[in-house]
Amino acid sequence: MSTSISSSTAGALDVEAVRRDFEFLASGVAYLDSANTSQRPRQVIEAMEAYYRECNANIHRGAYRASELATERYEGARDKLRRFVNAASRREIIYTRGTTEGINLVAYSWGRQNVREGDLIVTTVAEHHSNIVPWQILAQERGARVEYVDIDDRGELRRDQFDALMERRPKLVAFAQVSSNLGTINPYHELTAAAHAAGAIVLIDGAQGAPHLGIDVQETGCDFYAFSSHKMCGPTGVGVLYGRRELLEAMPPFQSGGDMIRTVRLSGTEYAPLPEKFEAGTQAIAEVIGMGAAVDYLQEIGLGAIHAHEQELTEYAFEALTEIQGLRIFGPGPSRRAGLVAFDLAGVHPHDLATILDRGDVAIRAGHNCAMPLMERLGVPAVARASFYLYTRREEIDRLVAGLQEAKRIFA
Amino acid sequence: MAVDDQFYREFILDHYKSPRNFGRLEGPDVSHEEYNPLCGDLVGMDFRIDDGVIADVRFHGRGCAISQASASLMTERLKGLSLEEARQISKDDVLEELGIQISPARLKCALLSLKVLKVGAYGLADDEEEDR
Repeated sequence: MSTSISSSTAGALDVEAVRRDFEFLASGVAYLDSANTSQRPRQVIEAMEAYYRECNANIHRGAYRASELATERYEGARDKLRRFVNAASRREIIYTRGTTEGINLVAYSWGRQNVREGDLIVTTVAEHHSNIVPWQILAQERGARVEYVDIDDRGELRRDQFDALMERRPKLVAFAQVSSNLGTINPYHELTAAAHAAGAIVLIDGAQGAPHLGIDVQETGCDFYAFSSHKMCGPTGVGVLYGRRELLEAMPPFQSGGDMIRTVRLSGTEYAPLPEKFEAGTQAIAEVIGMGAAVDYLQEIGLGAIHAHEQELTEYAFEALTEIQGLRIFGPGPSRRAGLVAFDLAGVHPHDLATILDRGDVAIRAGHNCAMPLMERLGVPAVARASFYLYTRREEIDRLVAGLQEAKRIFA
Repeated sequence: MAVDDQFYREFILDHYKSPRNFGRLEGPDVSHEEYNPLCGDLVGMDFRIDDGVIADVRFHGRGCAISQASASLMTERLKGLSLEEARQISKDDVLEELGIQISPARLKCALLSLKVLKVGAYGLADDEEEDR
């Protein structure tokens, strides 16, 4: 298994210095829900504020200074994001509202154009709903089928099943880089190569991967890669769909209106070139600029250092959690996963756990966590999930463990 | 850590661990289930109605302590009430009986059994009127 972490940036991470950038954390909360949405550093908030203060104008159309400045910052973020995923061209970086919209864009635009009756779409049982439901809708509309790769007892994708499905020549294969509940880092390079060998188009859901591992889309070879800003220190409401240029060129627009056209006549419309073809209407300008600042922030610290820090925390959490009797961790061991741990505790419902933890100012996620098929597969109604990021301290994991002991005591 | 145990008051835990009227009725006059998809909480109730009075009620389900204790408490309250009286049970009544501060995120858990009653028993009352 390989990841795209640059080794040159794998220096040790100074957590306390990092934490000073995140004002929210000063409240004292042990925020262990970054896989849900991360915190944002002041650098990101300041970049957004600077847009509003210094050049608040619409982009691409004003023939005046503020609009030019805004356009420069908005398009400057695209260059940062191109470098972040190592796309060949900036035209391959489409701004979206987030991962969900990115996947929907592919399902509606590419899917309607290319998926026919009897075609096969392959995804997995461990996906977030946003990488299942759009395919179900597409399949229903086109008379296609969706098949799901199962997981094994360790929470890893069943490669034998994946390969068997590839023999049926699927049209599209969609899977997460990192599972949002199991934490599993899927072998996304290998899966992409296997799917391509079968003639399929590959979409990788990078929502949980981009913030922690990053990606090199050229090295990976995937056709589409969707991710969200708000899980990687950026603002909510914005994200990116990377698409291979020749695919994007051939696809019809997803939404239509202003800014995505070249010429409009009553007899017909000629679309704008990439990426504007897919960016109809006034965009989330401040948020895009904030997302660019988030990429700068993460790259300055280094994804390698961030991942190493998370690995250390995950190992620490594993050790502490496995000592709690009745606690069951879902998914693979710490070396095969990203910085999140989903678990349950015998006799205490995950929501009660979350409530008890909250009363000790420890924030975790509890519920089906947008993965009902996975919950069914695991045979549980819900799980509790703690997730870590660059600002997480060991001491916060200690507080998690203390809270779980407290829950056991209350429910004993 | 200083956790305020009052949230999980002794009697709530008691109802959670030893739920009253738990199980199914054979051939109930009405049976209804509600599901809270957010948490995976499930509460179902079976009712036996004699002359417009709830003669017997059982609940089944799974979920957090709040949803299950609330359902257990509800069954105790309901036995012997007329459908008309049961209809009067309000959100506030349920929360008052639980006697704890419920955060907005947990309200749905606390009120799931009330929803079962409302949708289930009101539906029955309507049906009965039609039958007359």
